[in-house]
Amino acid sequence: MKLSEEQITRYSRHILLKEVGGKGQKKLLNGRVLIIGAGGLGSPIALYLAAAGVGTIGIADADQVDLSNLQRQVIHFTSDIGTSKVLSAREKMLAINPDISVIAHETWVSADNIAALVADYDFVIDGTDNFAAKFLINDACVLAGKPYSHGGILQFDGQTMTVLPGASACYRCIFPEPPPKDAIPSCSQAGVIGVLPGVIGTLQATEAIKFLLGAGDLLAGRLLTYSALRMRFREIPIKKNANCPICGEHPTITTLRDELDAVTVCDLGH
Amino acid sequence: MNLTVNGKPASIAEENPLSVAQLLEVLKVAQREYVTVELNGEILDRGDFAASTVKDGDTVEFLYFMGGGSR
Repeated sequence: MKLSEEQITRYSRHILLKEVGGKGQKKLLNGRVLIIGAGGLGSPIALYLAAAGVGTIGIADADQVDLSNLQRQVIHFTSDIGTSKVLSAREKMLAINPDISVIAHETWVSADNIAALVADYDFVIDGTDNFAAKFLINDACVLAGKPYSHGGILQFDGQTMTVLPGASACYRCIFPEPPPKDAIPSCSQAGVIGVLPGVIGTLQATEAIKFLLGAGDLLAGRLLTYSALRMRFREIPIKKNANCPICGEHPTITTLRDELDAVTVCDLGH
Repeated sequence: MNLTVNGKPASIAEENPLSVAQLLEVLKVAQREYVTVELNGEILDRGDFAASTVKDGDTVEFLYFMGGGSR
């Protein structure tokens, strides 16, 4: 594959970087990234990966755009209210960059469909809002050996970690089981400052790009936490947990299952 | 005893050894039933909170669930 004149111009600021160059840009164009969730985190992730020229981007969500989303879900516009989030997102991504393919998966992820979804991509990004999905994404990626980026936000705080299955700690190494339903408030219950997903989502997109390029150090084995109120980032080293139920020495989770108890955690106030 | 808690120095009146379960009470840690505790770089099993102890100079991290994102 040779970059066209238009591509050379479009991606010129990437190509100037020695860590990217024409070769790296081709890696991005050949890259396949799945974004699960087309909301607060998914918005900046989708916009930046599209602009960066990640060649195939899947985006999965079954939700529709709501007026209360627009304070932070910057890929959706007022005129999109009531339409499918993944179709709204795809339209903006292709408007930014018609050079890429965007696959809209208009579905919620479940134990039945996630393995097939994840299999088609090089890197997965968790931009979901509920623990059932977060644990399912972790399990599907660990079992498939698929690298992924975890992201979570609430009120003024966010956290993110990249998981390289087998090589670095996974989400269940930190949290073996989901919290009981309704134990932890969701953004729709407790609120979230609109710029927060912009920060965490952009960090997650950065990890996907670095993974595709093979450049730099990934946020693996380290949980990055961000407090917007205190304007402070912290990094907490996380070792693989020998007792992890999915990637530990004696795993008890060997097949995908929906965490039914956690499913409704974010249904209230939605 | 002196500890490092979530990256900051913390002095508590209690002397060693103090169980992790007691430490959660002393520090009035939020979401006590769900918080994950990392002691000197190792994630503790929730079932070991009563048996694990902290001593002077230890590093403790409390890790919280954070859900939101999409909707």
